[in-house]
Amino acid sequence: MSAADTTTPVKVPPPRQAPPPAAPRQPGRPRGTGGAATPWLLLVPCLLVLVLVMAYPLVRLVTLSFQKFGQPQLWGFQDAEWVGFANFRAVLGDGEFWQVVLRTLVFAAGSVICTMVLGMAIALLLQRVSPWVKTLVNVVLVASWGMPVIVATTVFKWLFDSDYGILNALLSKLPGVHLIGHNWFASGPEGLAVIMLLVVWGAVPFVVITLLAGLTQVPKELEEAARLDGAGAWGVFRYVTLPVLKPVVVMLTTLSVIWDMGVFPQVFVMRGGHPEAEFQVLNTYSYDRAFQVNDYAQGSAIALLTVVLLLGVVAVYMRQMLKIGDVE
Amino acid sequence: MSSTSSAGGAGLPRGRRRTTKAGWNLLGLIVFVVLGFPLYWMLDTAFKPAKDAIDPDPSLLPTGVTLANFRRALDIADFWGPVGRSLVVSLSVVVIGMVIGLLAALAISRFAFRGRKTVIVGILAVQMIPLVAMIIPIFLLLNDLGQYDKLTGLIITYLTFILPFTVWTLRGFIVNIPRELEEAAMVDGCSRTGAFLRVVFPLLAPGMVATSVYGFIQAWNEYLYALMLMSQEHQTATVWLGNFTTKHGTEYAPMMAGATMMAVPIVVLFLLVQRKMAAGLTAGAVKG
Repeated sequence: MSAADTTTPVKVPPPRQAPPPAAPRQPGRPRGTGGAATPWLLLVPCLLVLVLVMAYPLVRLVTLSFQKFGQPQLWGFQDAEWVGFANFRAVLGDGEFWQVVLRTLVFAAGSVICTMVLGMAIALLLQRVSPWVKTLVNVVLVASWGMPVIVATTVFKWLFDSDYGILNALLSKLPGVHLIGHNWFASGPEGLAVIMLLVVWGAVPFVVITLLAGLTQVPKELEEAARLDGAGAWGVFRYVTLPVLKPVVVMLTTLSVIWDMGVFPQVFVMRGGHPEAEFQVLNTYSYDRAFQVNDYAQGSAIALLTVVLLLGVVAVYMRQMLKIGDVE
Repeated sequence: MSSTSSAGGAGLPRGRRRTTKAGWNLLGLIVFVVLGFPLYWMLDTAFKPAKDAIDPDPSLLPTGVTLANFRRALDIADFWGPVGRSLVVSLSVVVIGMVIGLLAALAISRFAFRGRKTVIVGILAVQMIPLVAMIIPIFLLLNDLGQYDKLTGLIITYLTFILPFTVWTLRGFIVNIPRELEEAAMVDGCSRTGAFLRVVFPLLAPGMVATSVYGFIQAWNEYLYALMLMSQEHQTATVWLGNFTTKHGTEYAPMMAGATMMAVPIVVLFLLVQRKMAAGLTAGAVKG
């Protein structure tokens, strides 16, 4: 029962002499035997990797945003110089930054709301359809859930292509609509709406499948009782289904906020690797500052502000939900 | 909204109930078509003759099956190199991740020790860090370590992305295996390691397979870090597809063939493990 034979089963073949000395001081209960060091030895490789590639860079992200760090510092010609809040002053004093913040928030809010509403609607619908329809929809949901983001982005790019895209061709068949050759990405809001559609399409399956699992927890008797008391479909949903689902909805919304504020590949690939000014969201903006302008420090400052903003949004939202929960 | 009666509600006349059901089914089929259309159109474009893909009045139905687009996609840029690199990276990440993830999961699920809570919270907190925000310091770190444009650098980076999740899911699977089984084996004379290898490990195997496949998919699909940390000549499969759109923007049929080759194996893997994963994530959620 020495620590060594538990941690390195690969290198050390289970030694014959190990059990006898351990046996006397082991009264049947395995918990905690083998010394307090064993769990830590098991954890060492995992913690080492996480500290090296997560914790250390996180600290570096903070320090970097208080330094001057550009091309010369990257190549080691100059030492990074501490500049206090200069980077933050530069970023926060830039009108473009605030536009980007606003755009990111509107984009994320739109994506989250569409995802949750559509997801809920489809989940409720799937409760009412025949089993074979449910199976069909489920297969499509899981398949689109499994699609790599890059593939989905590429496919949407093709669907919305101005000349040969199927969407323009189909819409133009409607009377009075002439969209052949229409470029969806000519204007920022329209292009971002397409990207939002892509994000929502990718996010809805997870929401539907999780909500479906949650819906099975809603007691049938409660719904029945509410209906007998004269509640309509909306009433049953509002006063019976939704309260039971609330923890799941809170979890899904929080995750969606985190994911939708973190969109990068969708915007980046959709705009061919160079998002125009009116397509920039916080992540692409930070990336641009760091790797196009080569100002790693300002890029870090933007990334740090993004993280703070994200934490703020999530915190405010969670508090709001908890407050509502207290009142009810 | 409130005036419409709910589907299949009690007390509706039978004929009306049947029409309501048909209405819901119709709506369900519309959802099926709309959600599935991007997938269908990708496959349709990939297999149809390239000239039909640029028909100004495209046919919604398949116009014939050809593999020419796939050949063209393979010709345009080196395909197997990026795929090989993606495979090496993803498989290494999964193998290393499973070994150290399993050790860590065992520590937090089978041992009571001081600091256990802190470790669990720490691992979950790491999962909350938006990865996109970390790209600059990770790039600088790997640059300092001489790991820029090296597969090893990418592997160690992806390892941190999948580890928290791997540890957490494996913990869920381990917690579900009764401790009594292990104890019984030890009473019968197994060492602790022996009890683990002979009793726990076989029960854990399906969960480990599902977790590995999931980790593999994560690593395989990653784009941003692959783009940033590798040079053009060492690009991975996702970057290959991303660049395909930029350089050969008009050749959509081969591009969809490339997309199909990237997506189909992943979607199939995903379909296989999805159920098992959901079970692992929720299992043991309430247990210690």
